[in-house]
Amino acid sequence: MLRLVGLVLWKDLVVEWRTREIVSTMLFFAVIVMLIFSFAFLSEGRASGDAVAGILWTAIAFSGTLGLSRAADRERDGDALRALLLSPAPRAALYLGKTAGIVIFMLATELVVAALSTILFGAALSAHAAELSGLLLLGTIGYAAIGGLFSLMLGRARSRDVLLAVVLYPIIVPVIIAGSKGTSSLLESIPDLAAARYWIKFLAVFDIVFVTLALWAFEPLIVERG
Amino acid sequence: MKKMFVLTLSLAALGLLVSPWLILRAPQESTMGLVQKIFYYHVPTAMVDFLTIYLCGIASVAFLVKRSPRADALAVASAELAVVFGACTLWTGSMWARKAWGVWWTWDVRLTTFALCEMVFIGYLLVRSYGGPGSRGLAAALALFGCADVPLIYVSVSIWRTMHPQTTVVPNLVKPMAVPFWVAVFTMLMLYLALLLARLLHERNRTRVDELYVAAAEAGLEE
Repeated sequence: MLRLVGLVLWKDLVVEWRTREIVSTMLFFAVIVMLIFSFAFLSEGRASGDAVAGILWTAIAFSGTLGLSRAADRERDGDALRALLLSPAPRAALYLGKTAGIVIFMLATELVVAALSTILFGAALSAHAAELSGLLLLGTIGYAAIGGLFSLMLGRARSRDVLLAVVLYPIIVPVIIAGSKGTSSLLESIPDLAAARYWIKFLAVFDIVFVTLALWAFEPLIVERG
Repeated sequence: MKKMFVLTLSLAALGLLVSPWLILRAPQESTMGLVQKIFYYHVPTAMVDFLTIYLCGIASVAFLVKRSPRADALAVASAELAVVFGACTLWTGSMWARKAWGVWWTWDVRLTTFALCEMVFIGYLLVRSYGGPGSRGLAAALALFGCADVPLIYVSVSIWRTMHPQTTVVPNLVKPMAVPFWVAVFTMLMLYLALLLARLLHERNRTRVDELYVAAAEAGLEE
């Protein structure tokens, strides 16, 4: 099972390494979102901790949607998803492999976006790198677990890009709230580590619930879609 | 099903005739006065909304497991009613908030949770309308995830200070207020069941028409 997850993930990483399409477009879009929001929230050259956390997580959410769409498009080209489904691999392995790929693409983008936040807004994100990493990793897993499932399901719908945002954003609201509140508690003048850890635990619970649900739902859904 | 529809619709009509009179006769609440009376419809619509949200979730799970068209019909009917009753709850709540708090909207725990639930079920209907092949399964997944999301949304927004009256108000109502309240709950429940049955009957007829259309085409009767 783990070997198959690894194979699907390796396939996605190799395709991305050769094209560099998903990460570069996500990164460009995330930076643009950050710049646009900075015009709205900067005051006297600085942004408050709340605003920086909000900008960071909004950029992650928006650019993530772009990555999800493109990752699903790749599986639609040449009916690659059907070919994957025809293989004797367990469906759960396909889902986990695709989700792991999306998580890695998003984390690569987040690394640059977080570094840019430190430079552009003077946010002390590196001071509590462990807590921030926990928030970003768990938030990304929750986002990708739901987004990966929905983006694959929307494969052939005409207005799939619009519908992805419609179905994804209301469900991932707790991730965005937890991520931005946790990050903002780290950026206070006296960082509130207890609050950050509370939101890390909250995201862990969210991930357990939704990865379990997505693993269960993937098989019946992909049979209908595939 | 038709008999049940007529019965529930009649009871709902009776309730809609009687409950305004009972609400008018109920004693006025000491601090809020007349504006508190919106509570008699606001709370029952919210209760029915939660009922229909979870019914949609259960029907969606049944559809994903068994691929039963009846479960799908129940899920889509419940989702449509979740949007209707959710909108009624938000609207009556907003009217009350305007008078009680001086604002149409505030980022309160329950208001935010309700608004996000409404968004999930509007999303459900959009997916059903524009999702293309496989949209039934995708919508079922959305309903299932939406139901699992409700407690998490509630916890995540509960860090904001709540101004909303506590739900403990309902069991502690004095009798002259409790009677019109429970009559209103019964009315809303009957109205909900009547609308649900009407929607299920419509879906059954639509399926029958589709089957007849296919049968006519196979028999060479189609032009």
